[in-house]
Amino acid sequence: MIPGQFDYHAPTTVQEAVQLLQEHGDEAKVLAGGHSLVPLMRLRLAAPSVLVDINRIPELRGINRTNGTVTIGATTTHATIERSEVLKRVLPMLPAAATVIGDPMVRNRGTFGGSLAHADPAGDWPAVALALNAEMRIVGPDGERTVPAGEFFVDLLTSAVEPGELLTHVSIPVPGGNVGMSYQKFGHPASGYAVTGVAAIVTLYENNYCLDCSIAITGAGTKATRATETENALRNQTLDEATMAQAAEQAGTGIDFLGDIYASEEYRQQLVKVYTKRALLAALHAANEGQSAEAQKTL
Amino acid sequence: MAYASLIGAQVKRKEDPRLITGMATYVGDLDIPGTHHVALVRSPYAHANIRGIDTSAAASMPGVLAVVTGEDLLSEYEPMPMESSGEGEAPQDERDMEHTHHALSVNRVRHVGEAVVAVIATSMAIAQDAADEVIVEWEPLPAVADMQKARQDDAPLLFRDRPGNVERVWRKSTGDVDAAFGQAHRVVSQRMVSQRLAGIPMEGRAVLAMPDPGTGGVTIWTSTQAPHLSRKDLERTLRLPENLIRVIAPEVGGGFGVKIGIYPEDILLPVLAKRFGLPMCWIETRSEHMVATTHGRAQIADVAAAVQEDGTVTALRLHILADIGAYPQAPGIPKLTCRMATGVYRIPAVDLQATNVFTNTTPVAAYRGAGRPEAAYYIERLMDLVADELGMDPAEVRRKNFIPPDAFPYDTAAGETYDSGEYDKPLTRALELARYEALRKEQKRRREDGSGNLLGIGLACWVEMCGFGPFESAIVRVEPSGTVTVFTGVSPHGQGQETTFAQIVADHLGADFDRIVVRHGDTRETPMGVGTMGSRGLAVGGSAVVRATGKVRDKASRIAAHMLEAAPEDIVLQDGKYQVRGAPDRGLTLAEIADEAYDDDLPDDIEPGLEATSFFKPPELVYPFGAHVAVVEIERDTGKVHLCEYFSVDDCGPRISPVLVEGQVHGGLAQGISQALFEEVVYDQEGQVLSGTLMDYAVPRATHLPMFTTAETVTPTPHNPLGAKGIGEAATIGSTPTVVNAVLDALEPFGVRHIDMPLHPEKVWRAMQG
Repeated sequence: MIPGQFDYHAPTTVQEAVQLLQEHGDEAKVLAGGHSLVPLMRLRLAAPSVLVDINRIPELRGINRTNGTVTIGATTTHATIERSEVLKRVLPMLPAAATVIGDPMVRNRGTFGGSLAHADPAGDWPAVALALNAEMRIVGPDGERTVPAGEFFVDLLTSAVEPGELLTHVSIPVPGGNVGMSYQKFGHPASGYAVTGVAAIVTLYENNYCLDCSIAITGAGTKATRATETENALRNQTLDEATMAQAAEQAGTGIDFLGDIYASEEYRQQLVKVYTKRALLAALHAANEGQSAEAQKTL
Repeated sequence: MAYASLIGAQVKRKEDPRLITGMATYVGDLDIPGTHHVALVRSPYAHANIRGIDTSAAASMPGVLAVVTGEDLLSEYEPMPMESSGEGEAPQDERDMEHTHHALSVNRVRHVGEAVVAVIATSMAIAQDAADEVIVEWEPLPAVADMQKARQDDAPLLFRDRPGNVERVWRKSTGDVDAAFGQAHRVVSQRMVSQRLAGIPMEGRAVLAMPDPGTGGVTIWTSTQAPHLSRKDLERTLRLPENLIRVIAPEVGGGFGVKIGIYPEDILLPVLAKRFGLPMCWIETRSEHMVATTHGRAQIADVAAAVQEDGTVTALRLHILADIGAYPQAPGIPKLTCRMATGVYRIPAVDLQATNVFTNTTPVAAYRGAGRPEAAYYIERLMDLVADELGMDPAEVRRKNFIPPDAFPYDTAAGETYDSGEYDKPLTRALELARYEALRKEQKRRREDGSGNLLGIGLACWVEMCGFGPFESAIVRVEPSGTVTVFTGVSPHGQGQETTFAQIVADHLGADFDRIVVRHGDTRETPMGVGTMGSRGLAVGGSAVVRATGKVRDKASRIAAHMLEAAPEDIVLQDGKYQVRGAPDRGLTLAEIADEAYDDDLPDDIEPGLEATSFFKPPELVYPFGAHVAVVEIERDTGKVHLCEYFSVDDCGPRISPVLVEGQVHGGLAQGISQALFEEVVYDQEGQVLSGTLMDYAVPRATHLPMFTTAETVTPTPHNPLGAKGIGEAATIGSTPTVVNAVLDALEPFGVRHIDMPLHPEKVWRAMQG
């Protein structure tokens, strides 16, 4: 359980990091929290010859709120998100979702950007980022580009971050109006990863009339996916349990389902329906409870 | 010093300060100059011939001392029989002497994870790098990983001399079983699986062997539960005199049965140490542990009861298919299951059969309970099915069949003689604690209501055999200053006997608890022992301590009589002092007596010194028992089981250290519950492990478990001076059937009769879908 040999670099600027990544090409891997990479290296399933540790780049760490946007640096830990008072007020789904990631040790080390860039199909953040319409800022040799979450998760363990590039920041628009949001997760008893996780956001008008809703699913298939059909079925409807349950029946549409020794494809299909319904109910409840009072004030 | 009795008191563990502060020394903490590190190349195939091994690239890497194959070592040790000594070993006259262990497998491998090449280097990192460069030319053979398929005619054979892959069949029949079944009001039967589990102690296995050039002997630090048994098994294999082999179990981070007996690495490391004249160290990785350390359980049982109209069970049939893996490491375990088949019930006729089957999987051996949890699971699930079919309450069926308290000692039809028991007491207590009647009412209400989570209430009664012999040993030595050192033959690896044994000695000898040190786990300084397994530490090892302490006390009394100018028979130990009966003002402390014991003044008729040795041979096994109740809720739309409440009432006789008993119960419950709900080693058809990491194999976490409510009843055994039975495996045995019964109880409205463990949400959900 000792990794193979590798060279280690700890740049202090994004530019320096990108330079190193470009220099070493496919041989290099970015080390953020290391919670996916290091176990793979210890099992010798991954053997990068160069590690570029981005934890000493100050600008990559932290949570900033400007106007209607929250920007989270790539090496911000799950624990920082979990404890963020700003996020608890304006994007409460983020700190709530952080509490169900791994255990306290994982949360103290693991990073937001690392988890997103790794694109683990059972990671929690992909669903949350997708539902919140996050935008990913990626820096490469040719400068900076921005990729919407909807285009970021390409396939199993594949994100839009190309070799030689670095995910630096994630910007999330703070939703306005009467909003409720919730992430509901069925965790694996061993790994703690999402067998199915659903992030749901509802924006309401009077009497639970749904102006907008956004639902994203992780764990069930090869990549995090928006439940577009369910969203469409709920927009401009009055939300109640029956309506949401019915709409949730379509939540699996478009998912390339995975099955394993713990949960078959068929069972994951069931979990997607159940957890979509639960996430919607929780989001509706949150909106009714004025979860996003602060978010409303800002706009 | 105010004197208080320590037996039965809430005493803090002596072991904890060093464990909590990280000051304990495990094998991996040893730092011996010149130590070389060994990495092992293991088989990626479940069944294969070795066609060739190319070690040249690995051997030429800087820092690599040597790369060694199984062939290279053949002349340096005696192959040893597969079966190890210890819990689960077959009786001597039934032992398999034909199939032998090698330090590194030669010619052929029969399961994924068999070690075939050892790479020795100056660091573990280099050794692992070099191991990646070893090229083994494999010829894969057809493999069979499923015990039922292994018995089919066209199945690949593991051993040519074992047709049908049957290792052995064990049978026992008592009474007229056929007549009982023929006359039964009803026959209740079920096939059940006790699935394969992995051991996963916090510390994996580890071996460090150091040659002793002065004597030609070897010192072996190994993470074991039984250093003396290891030495005994190694004596023949290593061709060394037993007294030149020193086996040390330093701090050992748990065992759960998988550290009993010797493994190939236990032979390999001393062989390499002697060959190269250097200390050699191997530390198991978690990945290795999942395939190279023995598994547990792995049985399929067909069980049937002949039942009368009133719920009385008149006969039991239990036919077990036991997957013993690729080698017969502990083939006696399925027999232990049969021996406990009738549980706490008076069942006069039995037909018992265990068929051991080879498969291309990791060998199956002892795992917390070793055969008894399986037995309790089968009989306690069956009792629930009987209740279900007769429309009786599960508690009522059990009470109908209990062995009554006045029937002890009781000879069971399975061949055991239960020492003592009062089975209704813990059941009644557990049902009271759980508010059973109220729970049933709430369940009825919810069923009528038809919404919300399903509520299930499960109960099970358990009994187990423990306190195996053949003996255990103790030396109690009082030093001149009055400190006491206890040397025990058992080898605690987390149990806390340094505390328990000190409590016993403090009370029985009038010694200061804080000045007692308990030594264990080193064959050079402790008397010949057996080890810690099968819930025997206190019942057998503690009894040896009691006996040795009694001898020391007798001698201390004689010395006190001399010092106080009284007759020895007038000396009593009272309030921590040796005093003349009726004259408490002239008492002597143990320290004062010890000082005298080593002094020139001692009269000629008293031999100097103050120590004694005792070997305790338990006359019979002991049979602790108890009753558990679990309350579960099940989500209707996912099948997810929530364990809400758990009540455990266990009777292990008198409790020396209630804190330690509580700890054993909590840990045991976690493991037993985990078998019911989470754990399973899964192989594919080719014998590849699909649950090879802790990302897939679920060990229980604190968040998986509710707060436990525990209680006791106290029924001493007549078979040892403490009256103590055993508690190490107890809660594991009781909890598995309890939780499964609770889940099936919740599913009753769906007409679900049985689901095999682990009760993963998908299985439960599918059962509800019908």
